[in-house]
Amino acid sequence: MQPLDYQKETPSQTAGPYVHIGLAPGAAGFDIFEKNFCPNPASPTAAGEHITVEGLVTDGTGAPIKDVLIEVWQAAPNGAYVDAPTADFTGWGRIVSDFETGEWSFDTVKPGPAEGRSGHGKMAPHITFWIVARGINIGLNTRMYFEDEAEANAADPVLNLIEQQHRRATLIAKRTERDGKPVYRFDIRVQGDGETVFFDI
Amino acid sequence: MAPLDELFPRDREWQPPALTPDYKTSVARSPSYPLLSLQNSVSETTGPVFGHDMLGPLDNDLLHNYATPGESAIGQRIIVHGRVLDENSRPVPGTLVEFWQANAGGRYRHKKDTYLAPIDPNFGGCGRAITDDEGRYHFRTVKPAPYPWRNWVNNWRPAHIHFSIFGHAFAQRLITQMYFEGDPLIWTCPIVKAIPDDRAIGQLIAPLDMNATVPLDTMAYKFDIVLRGTRSTLFENRLEGN
Ligand SMILES: [Fe+2]
Repeated sequence: MQPLDYQKETPSQTAGPYVHIGLAPGAAGFDIFEKNFCPNPASPTAAGEHITVEGLVTDGTGAPIKDVLIEVWQAAPNGAYVDAPTADFTGWGRIVSDFETGEWSFDTVKPGPAEGRSGHGKMAPHITFWIVARGINIGLNTRMYFEDEAEANAADPVLNLIEQQHRRATLIAKRTERDGKPVYRFDIRVQGDGETVFFDI
Repeated sequence: MAPLDELFPRDREWQPPALTPDYKTSVARSPSYPLLSLQNSVSETTGPVFGHDMLGPLDNDLLHNYATPGESAIGQRIIVHGRVLDENSRPVPGTLVEFWQANAGGRYRHKKDTYLAPIDPNFGGCGRAITDDEGRYHFRTVKPAPYPWRNWVNNWRPAHIHFSIFGHAFAQRLITQMYFEGDPLIWTCPIVKAIPDDRAIGQLIAPLDMNATVPLDTMAYKFDIVLRGTRSTLFENRLEGN
């Protein structure tokens, strides 16, 4: 028999407690690069509805994961993913939580509905999350949807894959307002009661 | 709509599971329900792009990128180089690779690290590079030392360098650690042994590469990284197949 000559994906290892040194040195307590990454996928001058997204990542005991690092990837307000970032919009953000409380937040513009898999229509607006921390052997993937998109959420091909209907709510951020600006609250429970749905993408 | 550049599914028997009780912190930080398997959409097959304008001239020289001009980090000077490939052995060009590590005494420059080995005033411990057209990257640094960590009473991490790699699709995003050929601590470490297959662990061990050393100056290690490959669309999926 001929050998199948595919390579194997490099195995993942935890980001560890000091992930900030490499990915967000400012948070580790020092300044090294001339240019640093921005937590926000969109700048304040980007076109679209400006929103804040915030939350807390908790472990199976209910305690906040204070050393978490999150990356997000999202479509622009027209529903397209950008293949070349502009000064106003990259679609990508890297977010570090507050080491004391575990709270995290970022500012962006609300994404539009992106095209689903062939023949499945559009997906509801959502932001893709990738979560790493000490104790997480391989990054956790999930999606955040928007409470005020009930109709689109009900038709979303991914939310509808979740067999236990009540678990779909774990992916839907609650909308509030602060100083006239929409704030979406997206708490992520890694394990236990109300465990967030994570995806093998 | 053009067919998606779908990725090969991740081999979950090759990758570490979420729950690995000997690595104690994983116990409360691992989902207890299975991951929901998703076929790729554009949300997974696209990803951020980073340009060379992001990089400074010393970003891949950890000997000097935090050092006082004219000085250099203390420790064994090494070059780490390799290629980023995909599972089809194709190079992954133009992708951001970030790396961070402890210093030659095993101490991190991080406000949460209190290990008694001293901080090196000339060593920051992080850098980054963008792969060239053939997927190659390289950087210069000092060899990090093993350090103790709280798990069992007496655990020491093998010497390692942390890596973060993007690829071209958000579903290729990967964080891992590179170990050094011949380090006996590799096979005692509960973090390493979170990976169930010894051949997969072998993929994280960089060999000494005498061909890449600079004589009388710097030793070298070679570390290739493989990201998920892209599937060629031989036949369109039927709708019922999701
Ligand atoms: Fe480490």
